[in-house]
Formats: sequence, structure tokens, C-alpha cells
Amino acid sequence: MSVLAALDVGLACVVFAVAAWTVFASGAFAATVGYVVYGLLLSLVWIRLFAVDVALTEAAIGSGVTGVLLIGAAARLRGAEATPPEEGPSGSTRLVAACLCVLVAAALAAVVLLLPDQGPTLAPQAMERLPETGLGNPVTAVLIAYRSFDTVLEKVVLVLAVVGVWSLAADRYWGGAPGEARAEPPEPTLAFFAQVLAPVGILVGVHVFWVGADEPGGAFQGGAILAAMWMILMMARLTEAPQSNAIRLRLALVAGPVVFLAAGVAGVAVAGGFFAYPAGFEKPVILFIEAFMVLSIAVTLPMLVAGPPRREPRR
Amino acid sequence: MSLILNVFSVAAIGAGVFFFLAGTVGLLRFPDPLSRLHALTKADNLGLGLIVLGLLPRTESLLAALMLVAVWALVQLAGATASQLVGRAVRRKGPAA
Repeated sequence: MSVLAALDVGLACVVFAVAAWTVFASGAFAATVGYVVYGLLLSLVWIRLFAVDVALTEAAIGSGVTGVLLIGAAARLRGAEATPPEEGPSGSTRLVAACLCVLVAAALAAVVLLLPDQGPTLAPQAMERLPETGLGNPVTAVLIAYRSFDTVLEKVVLVLAVVGVWSLAADRYWGGAPGEARAEPPEPTLAFFAQVLAPVGILVGVHVFWVGADEPGGAFQGGAILAAMWMILMMARLTEAPQSNAIRLRLALVAGPVVFLAAGVAGVAVAGGFFAYPAGFEKPVILFIEAFMVLSIAVTLPMLVAGPPRREPRR
Repeated sequence: MSLILNVFSVAAIGAGVFFFLAGTVGLLRFPDPLSRLHALTKADNLGLGLIVLGLLPRTESLLAALMLVAVWALVQLAGATASQLVGRAVRRKGPAA
């Protein structure tokens, strides 16, 4: 067995171990930490599978943003966790749940193991038509050209998620800003960190979006990095989340899907098909759409983390 | 020349791996949060720094080398900040059992 193969097996074992540790961890906070480590290890697995785009997304969204969301949830649940419920689920309920979980896992494993060695793939076709999109990164071509409608709907889901979070607000807070009103000064350590990191992070985020046309990267990953910078600035209390009825915020939230959908509809008139891009202008159109998606993602994710409005709106 | 560079790379990366190992052992074995943090920073600063140093001669371009150094610098910044925050939380609440 070569060294790399041994490392791969070791990595897979560590992923399993961390997954098991996460499931059996006592307390929501410990489980969240395990989940974040699990996500980072998974992104290493994706790199070993030569799927750098997926690795970037897993690290940024799967591990980073989801981790922040879960830590926030764990912090809110801390009070509830201290007082354990009177009676947990009964033994038979646990047994049925465990059996169902084992059944699902076994079914998934069977499906993976029963796949033919040469699985069905559209990769040759995707690579063959890649020059027509003007892009060099087949993943970006799949996301923004081959299956654009799916990607639009994914963006719409993100907007719906923000609407769902905001809907948890009490009636009198509707339209207000998330987070408690607090006059505390910025946390000094975190403020320094945010001030040094934010300029670098914004540069990296825009870079990752821009190179995504030809190399691993893209709107999702770049937008997630920009979103992280805004989250850090808010956590350091250098800036506050805007009011949820701010018109500029709402425009930024829907800009991505709206521009994407408009470009798709314009394709009917200009290029003779829903989501067809005019010949010769494919790459500029794709980058134009992506730029607005980056904006929407960079605004959506921090709003999800900031949570529902908890202050009355200023008139 | 390439032999010297290879020996340098192996030596630096080996030393870096040693610091990661030592830092991990310290993280697992040290008794209280502050000394565990101390062990962790050795892995972050010296371990990663030496590995980056060992990889520098193997980069294909100046840009790639600068990116490696930038990665190390960013990890330094994040590690130092996280250590400060954890240390402050420990001082405020007292060491967790």
C-alpha cells in the first residue's frame, strides 16, 4: 500500500471516528465542535477526490456558516439543557429509532457499493461543450449554464430561509434590527482581529469569485467568505446588523435570484431559449449574474446568523 | 543544489511535524486550559511555520510562495485571537473542571 493510500485510509477512519464522537458527544456545544471538525475533515476528503470546488464549499458553508449557526443555537439552548426533561423517550422508541437509522445507513451503503465501477456520468459531455460557455471551470459551467434553473431555485431557497428566520420575530419587532440593543463597547481582541482580517478577507472573497470562472472557486465560496467578514465585524461589535425593513438590505437579498431569473427570461428574446445566453457574450453574462449572486449570498448568510428581529423598528 | 534544497525541505517539514505532534500531546495531556493553549500555539506558530518554510523551495512561482506565507500569517492571526478569547473566558469563569 502506497503512502498516499495509507493516508487516505487513515483520513477515512478519522472521519468515521469524529462522526461517532459527534453523535455520542454530551451537550450541544461539544457536538457542534465535533460537527465543525467533521466538516473540515470532509473538505480534506473532497480534496483527495480532486473536487476542490466542493472542498471549498464544504469548508465555507458546511463547516463554517453551519457551525456558526449551530453554536448560536447551542448557546440559546444552554438554559434548556441544564434542566433535563422529566422523562426521555422510552426504551422501545429509542430501539425503533436506532433500527430505522441502521436501515437507512445500510440502504445508502448498499446503493454506493452496488454502483457499477464505471458509474453513469455526464462529465464527457460537460467537458466537450465547455468552450461554448467561455469558462474554464466545468463546475461553474454546470452551476450557471447547464443547470442554471436549479441554481436560481437554490438562491430562492436562501431568501426563503431569511424570511423564515424573520418570521420568528414578535409582531412589534417586525422590521426591526436583529440582536439586542446594547451599548457595550467593541470587544478589543475581536475588534483588532476583525480590523486586520476584514480587508484581507474581502480581497480573498472577491478573488475566489473572480477566478471561479476558470479555476476552483465561484460565487458560493466567494460570497461565503465575504459573509464571514461581515459576521466577524458584527461579532466584534464594530458594526450592527441593519434593520430588517431597510430597503437596501432587502434589495441586496433578492438581487441574485432576480438578476439571474431576468437574465434567463431575457435569453428567450435574445438567444432563443429560457436561460440561453447570447453567443459570444456567455462569459460576461455569467460573470454579471454571479456578481449579484455573490452580493446576495454575502448578505443572506449573515442575516441567517443574526437571527430574527429583536428590537422595535425605528421610524 | 536540488539535493541541498530537498534535505532542507525534509528537515524543516520534519521539525514542523514534530512540533505538531508535541503540541497535540500537550493539548491532550496538560492539566489546565491555559497550559493546553500554550501547547496548541506551539503547533500553530512553529509547526505550521516550519512546514511552510520547508515547502517554500518547492513552490513553482513567487506568487505561490507568497500565498503560503499568507496562509501562515492568517493562521497566526486567527490562532492568537482565539487563544486570547479562550484565555479571557477561562479567567472570567474560572477553569472548567
